[in-house]
Amino acid sequence: MTRTVRLHEVANARSGDKGDRLNIALVCRDPSHYPAIAAQVTAARVAEIFAARRPTRVVRFELPKLAAFNFVLDDVLEGGVNGSLGLDGHGKSLSFLLLDLAIDIAPGEPQSARAGQKQSV
Amino acid sequence: MGEKIFIGCAAGFAGDRSDAGGPVVATLAGQAGPRFLIYETLAERTLALCQLERRKDPGRGYSPALDRLLTPVLAQCLAAKIRIIGNFGAANPPAAARRIAEIARSLGLPTPRIAVVEGDDLSGRLSASELAKRETGGKILVQRPDIISANLYLGAQPIARALDQGADIVVTGRVADSALALGPLLHVFRWRSDDWDRLAAGTLAGHLLECGAQVTGGYFADPGYKDIPGLAEVGYPIAEIASDGDIVITKPPGSGGVIDRLTVIEQLLYEIHDPAAYLAPDVVLDVTGVEVSETGKDRVRVTGARGKPAPETLKATVCVEGGVLGEAEISYAGINAAARAALAAEVIRDRMRRRAPGLQIRVDAIGAVSVLGNSSVAPDLRESESEDIRLRFSAQSADVAQIEMLLDEVEALYCAGPAGGAGVRRRATPRLASTACLIERRYAEPRVTLFGESA
Repeated sequence: MTRTVRLHEVANARSGDKGDRLNIALVCRDPSHYPAIAAQVTAARVAEIFAARRPTRVVRFELPKLAAFNFVLDDVLEGGVNGSLGLDGHGKSLSFLLLDLAIDIAPGEPQSARAGQKQSV
Repeated sequence: MGEKIFIGCAAGFAGDRSDAGGPVVATLAGQAGPRFLIYETLAERTLALCQLERRKDPGRGYSPALDRLLTPVLAQCLAAKIRIIGNFGAANPPAAARRIAEIARSLGLPTPRIAVVEGDDLSGRLSASELAKRETGGKILVQRPDIISANLYLGAQPIARALDQGADIVVTGRVADSALALGPLLHVFRWRSDDWDRLAAGTLAGHLLECGAQVTGGYFADPGYKDIPGLAEVGYPIAEIASDGDIVITKPPGSGGVIDRLTVIEQLLYEIHDPAAYLAPDVVLDVTGVEVSETGKDRVRVTGARGKPAPETLKATVCVEGGVLGEAEISYAGINAAARAALAAEVIRDRMRRRAPGLQIRVDAIGAVSVLGNSSVAPDLRESESEDIRLRFSAQSADVAQIEMLLDEVEALYCAGPAGGAGVRRRATPRLASTACLIERRYAEPRVTLFGESA
């Protein structure tokens, strides 16, 4: 028994750029989701999401101690911030394209580890 | 335990908040031990823009953000002996030093001891063709004699030397961002230049600090999922670092934002490629063994950075002219907006195809498909139900007349395009193209001089 959620329900992501190379850090909000995400959010699946941008290479680095992954996508930023005609030459918004991905997780797992844990100033 | 040093970050880029430094400085002033404040203000292109400024006026060419960022905290830093390290020297560190002395004078402060770090500028040392041979990817510099700027990323050693000489303020041009923090660590702890794990820890501390609020809840908040209280007054980070390389990330008490495992991990991996080999001038940083633990409210401990010997080559950023970027926008809203926007795009494409056949034009439909769209084709609006679309046309060329033609065509949609075309805005901006080169270390000639005492 599993249920399907969008990655956004269980993980955080952040984009960074260097030239025409994009990296997206994907961090499990609850480290117990690491194996499920590792099995499903593969480099091939990420390459599919960004297929329209024609990446020449997609690599996934695994960081089990941090319950995180680092995806590196080459040549997806139209030349990067100093070359792209687009509004987001840094690719800063692209982490949310990744977070739209549907994945299966075991039932009963917490949806958002931070929900109800609001910290105050 | 031993001695700890405190490093705060007051700016993660040139456009950062000028009031960010105040609470950081106030917090540092209350700490015992060596304290430093760092400023990172040089994006890849910034240095080239500063180089162009310097060509026009030899007294300029430093970061235009210098006055705005430094003036609010200079008096308290000097009074509390918080030493400042910033790359706001950009293309002209001596001119920045002169300007800082002027600011101090205008505030009625004693003249600070200002050290200038130079030697990053490769102009005159490597020709355009020699740079082209060293370009990674080799796409931009081929047949380009007109280099605007070429700067190596220097490491932390010259910053440490400047502090050794008693500088209150260290002004650099291009250095690795993380070196702004590693420099003071080398100065205080005397880590050896082959103590790779400690150099790695110092580089990691710098990496976590260098983007300011990005480790304290900035570039992070996502309501309902990643709630960050007090984002409007988010606190900028302070790292407490021990002589063994143990790092604790904190922020000013009472400030907004959050420091927890998740904010720290996101920044830890920001702009990193292979996490086992993050190349810096002084060390290759491996973060795969790093552990992040919450030790208190807004206190996160980071340990386990490992280092490998420094790379054989140093990275340089090289900029050349990129022509002119033209952008023009027009809105279509209300009933049938998507169809009218699609027609407007077709009119522009049709006319430009005949009048400037070689010009590549990008069309975004803001409100329907833009930043997440496939950048290489025009947006498909056939299925769109959006009733508030802002079309954006953009092109880049060295031929300014072609760019102006596109902007004129978009403006002409007012009278000659589809119904209800509204709110045209247009602009043409000069552009710089940037690329990276790998340069042999022998071309790095870091120099440290004290302002007012140089030859």
